[in-house]
Amino acid sequence: AIVWDEYLTGPFGLIAQYSLLKEHEVEKMFTLKPGRLPPADVKNIIFFVRPKLELMDIITDNVLREDRGRSPQRDFHILFVPRRSLLCEQWLKEQGVLGSFIHREQYSLDLIPFDGDLLSMESESAFKECYLESDQTSLYHAAKGLMTLQALYGTIPQIFGKGDCARHVANMMIRMKREFPGSQNSIFPVFDTLLLLDRNVDLLTPLATQLTYEGLIDEIYGIQNTYVKLPPEKFAPKKQGEGGKDLPTEPKKLQLNSAEELYAEIRDKNFNAVGSVLSKKAKIISAAFEERHHAKTVGEIKQFVSQLPHMQAARSSLANHTSIAELIKDITTSEDFFDNLTVEQEFMSGIDTDKVNNYIEDCIAQKHPLIKILRLVCLQSVCNSGLKQKVLDHYKREILQTYGYEHILTLNNLEKAGLLKPQTSGRNNYPTIRKTLRLWMDDVNEQNPNDISYVYSGYAPLSVRLAQLLARPGWRSIEEVLKMLPGPHFEERQQLPTGLQKKRQHGENRVTLVFFLGGVTYAEIAALRFLSQMEDGGTEYVIATTKLINGTTWIKSLMEKLEPAPF
Amino acid sequence: MSRARADEEEYWHSSKFRAFTFDDEDDELSQLKESKRAVNSLRDIVDDDDDDLERVSWSGEPVGSISWSIKETASGSTSSLEGRDSSLQKGSSSYAALPKQVSSYSLSSLFKGRNKLPSFQSLSDALTDTGAKNYAPELRRPKAEYKDYNSDWSPKDTVRRMQRGKVCSLERFRSLQDKLVLLDEAVAGHDGNVITAVLIFLKRTLRREILFRELEVRQVALCHLIHFLRETGEQKLLLDLLRFLDRTEEVALSQYREHLNIQDVEKKREFLKGCIGLPFSAEDTSHIQDHYTLLERQIIIEANDRHLEMAGQSEIFRKYPRKASILNMPLVTTLFYSCFYHYTEAEGTFSSPTNLKKTFKIPDKQYVLTALAARAKLRAWNDVDALLTTKNWLGYTKKKAPIGFHRVVEMLQRNNAPVQVLQEYVRLVEDVETRLNLATKYKCHDVVIETYRDLKDRVQLTAYKCKVERGSAEEEKINSILNNMVRSAY
Repeated sequence: AIVWDEYLTGPFGLIAQYSLLKEHEVEKMFTLKPGRLPPADVKNIIFFVRPKLELMDIITDNVLREDRGRSPQRDFHILFVPRRSLLCEQWLKEQGVLGSFIHREQYSLDLIPFDGDLLSMESESAFKECYLESDQTSLYHAAKGLMTLQALYGTIPQIFGKGDCARHVANMMIRMKREFPGSQNSIFPVFDTLLLLDRNVDLLTPLATQLTYEGLIDEIYGIQNTYVKLPPEKFAPKKQGEGGKDLPTEPKKLQLNSAEELYAEIRDKNFNAVGSVLSKKAKIISAAFEERHHAKTVGEIKQFVSQLPHMQAARSSLANHTSIAELIKDITTSEDFFDNLTVEQEFMSGIDTDKVNNYIEDCIAQKHPLIKILRLVCLQSVCNSGLKQKVLDHYKREILQTYGYEHILTLNNLEKAGLLKPQTSGRNNYPTIRKTLRLWMDDVNEQNPNDISYVYSGYAPLSVRLAQLLARPGWRSIEEVLKMLPGPHFEERQQLPTGLQKKRQHGENRVTLVFFLGGVTYAEIAALRFLSQMEDGGTEYVIATTKLINGTTWIKSLMEKLEPAPF
Repeated sequence: MSRARADEEEYWHSSKFRAFTFDDEDDELSQLKESKRAVNSLRDIVDDDDDDLERVSWSGEPVGSISWSIKETASGSTSSLEGRDSSLQKGSSSYAALPKQVSSYSLSSLFKGRNKLPSFQSLSDALTDTGAKNYAPELRRPKAEYKDYNSDWSPKDTVRRMQRGKVCSLERFRSLQDKLVLLDEAVAGHDGNVITAVLIFLKRTLRREILFRELEVRQVALCHLIHFLRETGEQKLLLDLLRFLDRTEEVALSQYREHLNIQDVEKKREFLKGCIGLPFSAEDTSHIQDHYTLLERQIIIEANDRHLEMAGQSEIFRKYPRKASILNMPLVTTLFYSCFYHYTEAEGTFSSPTNLKKTFKIPDKQYVLTALAARAKLRAWNDVDALLTTKNWLGYTKKKAPIGFHRVVEMLQRNNAPVQVLQEYVRLVEDVETRLNLATKYKCHDVVIETYRDLKDRVQLTAYKCKVERGSAEEEKINSILNNMVRSAY
C-alpha cells in the first residue's frame, strides 16, 4: 500500500494513474493523516512524502500506533519527494522510529510536464524559501532540473538572466557541467536561449488580477495540477430520464489542458473575447449536426457517423466551457470585481499611488478577505516603489485592528519579501520603468490583440516584456531600467562542439526557454504564448517554473500560519 | 591560527561532546544497506536493468523514462570505457533524477553571502581540481567507494560522499579547524542537505559561543542553521543566536510568534505582557501593547458576560445568545460585540464602545461603520439614524455616511430594514443612476417618482405607473406630477 502526502497526489496524478500503480502491484492507497493506519492485507507500506517536519510527526504517529502483534507484520518504507532530507531523518530518529523503515529513498521529481510548452516543479514554497528564509534549496533543484533538460534536449548555448536567484542558478549549472563531464552530450540543441527570471524582479504582475480565460478560472476557482473544481449548479445534466431533478452536490471536476481543442483556443484569450468564440463554435457545431438531414447516400451517412464521436466530444467541451464562462461572467460583472479592477488599474497606470486609497479602506471596513486587502496594498506599494511611512502605518493599523494583531507577523514577512515596504530612497522609480518598458497601454485591443498587454487589459507584464525585449532589440537598449530592477543581469555562453552549432534557416524561429524562479501566472504564460504566435516574432517560448501561482496563492504562501500544528 | 588552536584545546578537553556519525542506525541494517548499495552500483556498471528499487520508483513512467534516457544519453555520449565509468560515478549526483541512485541530498542554500567572493574562489578551485581527477582512469574506484568508512577521507571527499548519499562518519573531524574546513567544503558543495548535516554535527560538538562566532562570518551556513532551528522548534537556541547576532527585531518577532502556541488565555496574556518590552520597531511596539490590552479587556468582558448570560437576567443576552466567546477576536470584532451588547454603557466601563474607541484610537469611520452594522443587526433604526447624523456648529443637523449612502442602504437592506427607513437613505445617494437603481430594486416608490420628477422624465414616469399599485397614493402622486409637467411645459 502507498500512503500519500496529499499534496503529492496532484503532481503524481499527472504522470501516473491509479491503474498503472495497480499494474505495479499497489494494492491500496491512503492519504497521510494522524492516527492508526487503516487495516490492509499488505506486506509493505510505503510513505510518499515531501521532506517536511510536520509530515514526519504524522508518520511517527502512524508507525507508533501500528499494532505490533499483528501478523504478518507490515514493513515500512519511506520515499521522499523530491529529495531525501537528513533533517527529516534526524527528526524521525529523535522520535525513535527511524529504525522502523527498511528503505529510505528519494524520488526525484524535478520538472513535471503540465502541457506541451509548460513545465513546473510544483514547489509551492520556493519563493518563500528564497526570500524569507534564505534557503535556496529550490534553486538547487531548479539547476538540477535544467541539467536534466539539457541532457535530453541538448546544451543550451546562451543563458541570460536577471536577479540574484537567476545568477545563482546559472552559476550552479555551470559548475555542475564542469564537474560532471558526463553531461556533455551530442544532442543537437533544441533550445537556443535560456532566460532565467527572478520573481522578485517583477513583484507587480502576480498581484494584479489576471484577465485571460484561464487566468480568471485560476483566480476564482484555483487550478490545481491542471484540474479545477467548479460549483455543480451550472453543470446539471440536461438529459431527460436521468431524474434531472436532483442537482449534483459534488463539485464538478474538470481537467484543463491543450489536448482539448476548444480550450487550447480560448484559454489564453482575454475573457472579453471568449464569448464570441463560444457562440461561433456553437453555430458551427449545430450546423454540423444539421448535416445529417442532408446525408442521402449510404456513403454520406457513413461519413457522418464516423464524425460523430468527434462532434460529441466537441459538443460536451463546448457545453462545459459555456457553463464556466457563465460562472465567471457572474463574477466579472459584479460591482465589487469592477471596483477592485479599477483600483488595480489606477495603481498600475500610476494614479494616486502615494495616498491612502478609499476603496481599500472600505474593503477593510467591510472585512473583505484579508488576502484581497494584502494584494491591493502590496500592489500599491510596488507601483510606488514603497509607500510613504504615514500611508504604510495607516494601512498596517487598520489591518491589525480589523483582522487581528497576530497578522503583524505576516506583514513582517511581506516587508521582508519586498512586497510591502516604506519608500526609503524617497524616489519612485516605477513611472520610469513603466514608461520605458511600456507597461501600461491605453489602447488595448482585447478581441484581436496586438500586444501582450491584453492579458491584463492594459498592463503588460513586466517579466514578459523583459523576455520580449531580450529577443528584440536586446537588453542593451534598456540598461538603465535593468539597473533599477533588483539583482544583476548577465549573459553566459556554453560552448558547443562545432558539429552541434546550429545553422539557422531563413525564417526559422529561435526557441527560448524562460524559467521563472519563484512562480509564474497563467496570464504571463498566455502573454508568452502570444509572442510565440506572432507572425514576425521570430521566437518561440517554452516555459518552466518552480510553481504556477496567482496573487492569492502567492500571498498565502508568505503568510504566517496562525493555527498551531495538529500536534 | 593560534586562536583556533586554543579553541581546539578548549573544547576538546571538555568531555561532554559526544562523537557523532551520520548513519548510526542499527549496524546490521546499515551494513546490509551498504552491501545492497554496492550490489546496485555494480549492476549500474554492468547493466542497467530492473531491480526492486526501480519498482518502487516506477521506472517506465513518463518521468522515469526521462531519467532513463538521461542516463542512456549520459553514458552513450562518452565513448571510452573510462569516460563511461566516470560519468557513472561523478555524473551520478548530478543526475539525481535517476531513480536508482540512492540519494543525492540537497537543501542547498548557497551564495547567501552574495558579495563574499572568497567562497567562490574556493569553488572554482574545487572545480578545476575535480575536473582533472575525472579524466584519470579509475577502474578500481567502484570497490574503493564502498569499502568502508574508516579510511581517511579528506573533508572534500567526505562532502562528496555525503552528497552521493553514502554513509560517512564525521567524528574523525576533531579539531576546530578540521570542522570548519568541513563546513566550508559543504558550503562550497552547494548541497544544503549536507550543509545541514554538518551543522547538526557542529552544533553537537562545538561550544555554543564558538559555533556562533564562526557562523557569523559564514552567512550561508548561518542561514541554514537559523532555518534549521526554526523548523525543529529549538526556540531557545534560536533566540540566543539571534541575540548574539544583534538581530534584535527578529528576536522580538520570533518570541512574539510563540504566543500562537499558547492555548490558555491567562497564560497568553501574561506572555504578551512580557512581549511589550521586547525590542520591536516603534510602530510595532504600540501594536503589541494594543494586543495585550485587548486580550486583557476581552478576559474581563468575557467573564462578566458569561456570568450575565448564565444568570438570564439581561434581556439582550436572552434574546440574542452569544454564539462564541469574544476571546482572541480582532479589535473590530470586539467593538462590534460591544456595540451589540453594551451600546448604552457609560464610557467608564471596560466594555463600552466609546471606551474601546478611546483606548485603541479607533478612527471615526471604522467606529461608525462597526456601530452601524451592530445596531442595524438589532434593527435599532433610531441608533442608526443618530450615527449618520452630524450637527454643525450652528446646530443644524446633516446626514453624513462614512462609506457612501449606497453602501449604507445595502447594509440596512440586508438586515431587512422597512421601506420607510430605507427610503430615507436611498434619497441621500448622490449618484442619480445608482439612486434610481436602488430605489427601484427596493421599491422605494417615492424616491423613484421624485427623481424622475427632478429629471423631468415623463416617459419613465409614465412607465413607472405600472409598477405601483393601482389606486395607491403613489399613483396619485405620479398623475399629479404628470399633470403639472404638462402645464408647465406649455
